Amino acid sequence: MVAAAESSIGLRFEKVDKRYGAVYALRNLTLAIAPGECVALAGRNGSGKTTLLRIASCLTRPTRGTLSFSGVTENQNPRAGFVAHATMVYDELTAKENLVFFAKLLGVANRQQRVDNLLREVGLGERKDSLVRTFSRGMRQRVAIARALLADPSLLLFDEPATGLDPEATLWLTGHLAKLRDSGCTILMSLHGESEVARLATRAVRLDAGSVVADTRSGATFQSVFSFAGG
Amino acid sequence: MGLLSNAAALLGKEVRTEFHSRELLSTTIVFVLIVVVLFSFTFDPTTNESHRFGPGLLWLAFLFAASLMLQSCFLREQANDTLSALRLAVSDPFAIFLAKIGANTLFLLMTELLMLPVFAALFNVSFRGRLPGILLTFFLGSLGISVAGTALAAISAQARMRELLLPLLLLPLLAPILVASTEVTVSLMAPEPFMQWKGIGFLAVFDVVFLTALWLFGEYLLEE
Repeated sequence: MVAAAESSIGLRFEKVDKRYGAVYALRNLTLAIAPGECVALAGRNGSGKTTLLRIASCLTRPTRGTLSFSGVTENQNPRAGFVAHATMVYDELTAKENLVFFAKLLGVANRQQRVDNLLREVGLGERKDSLVRTFSRGMRQRVAIARALLADPSLLLFDEPATGLDPEATLWLTGHLAKLRDSGCTILMSLHGESEVARLATRAVRLDAGSVVADTRSGATFQSVFSFAGG
Repeated sequence: MGLLSNAAALLGKEVRTEFHSRELLSTTIVFVLIVVVLFSFTFDPTTNESHRFGPGLLWLAFLFAASLMLQSCFLREQANDTLSALRLAVSDPFAIFLAKIGANTLFLLMTELLMLPVFAALFNVSFRGRLPGILLTFFLGSLGISVAGTALAAISAQARMRELLLPLLLLPLLAPILVASTEVTVSLMAPEPFMQWKGIGFLAVFDVVFLTALWLFGEYLLEE
């Protein structure tokens, strides 16, 4: 079910500030992510991880500075698959109706089959015709992950993707992300502490007060990036 | 996927969501029914009085109902941040507005058509032979309310005091629609009914101007 990314997308944040009133969520942040990298973002609450992901998804504009993409071909959909804090799915629709609706908007081919396969993969094959409002937090998160994967995006943004997932679902997610990473998909994910999902990362970046304070590609030093009080 | 196919998919979602939850239509219909019934008690609904006051009262009831309906059209999208998912999925953000306008117009028209026989019975008015004109007025009036109202709903959804802000912005902006729709309906309900094309033209121009403005600047209304 994992399609090889047509061509991977790279991102470059250049001197990015994001201000909400007088408060800086990001301050003079410069970060380049190469195509095909799998980057884990670490940092305390309020360090700017979510804001960085929302800017990367183009949902939020930076107050100052620029975000540029590389490797986006003319026929490629540069839009990211995004799993945010909120599930971004409709409670009043069934799991299948939600995914078919988003698949239509994204122009996914063979959408009924694609949706059925994805729902089966995330473990919701039996409950595909149930309204999302009847689901637990973990089940909603599974629908959210399936929604983000619908169009086989070349850029995936995850804001604490394992939130609410049980060990079985976390294992599936880790395996699926590993396949996506190996197929060349660029992945940027914010995580709290070192976890199963964090082990997929090829690079770890730690934010503090909206700036990059640690950046490593060495697996041996990942622990130092994730080890901080709070989380 | 093009603008119109995106808008059609979004409109289908709006309708499906409403028929699953049945929140908007049922509340609006009950609200308009209460307002029309209460208005009918305020004066003796002889035919003459009905012709003079009826259309104004009817459009006022529709306007209040629309402000209820419009309030939730973007607030619904905030519950699970589905607006962000839509912005990521559509190729042109105007599709989101087109679908919201389509759904609001459809729900408002359904309410109006359901209220028409109730109004006719309570206010002793006959619409026989005037239905095409009434339907055209209802459509253009509802479209105008929906276009301007959807734009304001998008603005107010991001503000504090949003529940108060929308009616405060909506009612003055929609005054021209209210006046024009009422005048056309009065002329259609006269003993010798006639179509007031000037009013119809005004409604059509209002709709086109606001729709064009939304097409040009709507994207900025959805940004964070």
